[in-house]
Amino acid sequence: MVDSIIASASVIAAAIAVGFAGIGPGIGQGNAAGQAVEGIARQPEAEGKIRGTLLLSLAFMESLTIYGLVVALSVLFLFFINSNYYPNL
Amino acid sequence: MSTILISKIEVGSHLYFNFGDSLHLHGETVIVSFLVVLAVSLFLAISTNNLQRIPGQLQSIAETIYDLVKSIALTQMGPSYYSRFLPFVTTIFLFVLGSNVAGALIPWKLFEIPEGELAAPTNDINTTACLAILTSLTYFSAGLSIKGIGYFKRYIKPAIFFLPLNIVEDFSKPLSLNFRLFGNVVADELTVTVICSLVPLIVPLPVMMLGLFASCLQALIFATLAAAYIGEVIE
Repeated sequence: MVDSIIASASVIAAAIAVGFAGIGPGIGQGNAAGQAVEGIARQPEAEGKIRGTLLLSLAFMESLTIYGLVVALSVLFLFFINSNYYPNL
Repeated sequence: MSTILISKIEVGSHLYFNFGDSLHLHGETVIVSFLVVLAVSLFLAISTNNLQRIPGQLQSIAETIYDLVKSIALTQMGPSYYSRFLPFVTTIFLFVLGSNVAGALIPWKLFEIPEGELAAPTNDINTTACLAILTSLTYFSAGLSIKGIGYFKRYIKPAIFFLPLNIVEDFSKPLSLNFRLFGNVVADELTVTVICSLVPLIVPLPVMMLGLFASCLQALIFATLAAAYIGEVIE
């Protein structure tokens, strides 16, 4: 009984972790991509440089979400490993 | 269900190589990283073995990689010191690129091993932690050898009360490098695995392409960040 409560709590915690971690980087990536499009529209000859910089900075923002994912995975699997209560994947 | 799929999720099971009572190595990581190191070394040895003025295919690939890594190191560390740390940045870049691409391209699931499963070495948090710690050791030693004892002045810039923040930063840098690489590789594999378990045919292919692209980008980012951390210290 306690096990199942902890299991459901950790699943919900993982969902919250990854969900909230997605919000900020989403806004940031949207801003960055919008500005990049604006820059390309204003100066089409600089497209290559802008694309390179954009991809690099998008990957940096992406890693913030990934931190949330790592936390979610550790919340999920650490409990399941320690308790022999495997999810039926 | 797991018998139908080629890929299945296995958490926490490893092929252990035990040395004595206290030393346990993750066998699958050791095997694959050894293969990656072997492949990268072979590629470099063959491609630079017989240098031509008009480069052949292999040599031009090697030259492209060299140009890329040199431009990273040059922009981050400046012209006077970059050549000292170019080998380190190149090693990190090639190893991360090699292991990520090996994990994405080679169907490791076809090779059965007694326990655990073969995958990219960067799929194991110990590998990425090792790379991140190597990076921090390098920038410490770079700062100490180039600036001497004046290196520690960095900790009280821009003001004395930034000391705790600067010390915490020394720990958070390797931690974020570690989690960034590990999380990205694991996220790719998990996405592919989940989509494979929903639709096993064709649909995962674009996601796999995205994963391959992201893996290459992560190698670039790891090398850029390592170079940036070193450059920050010695500037």
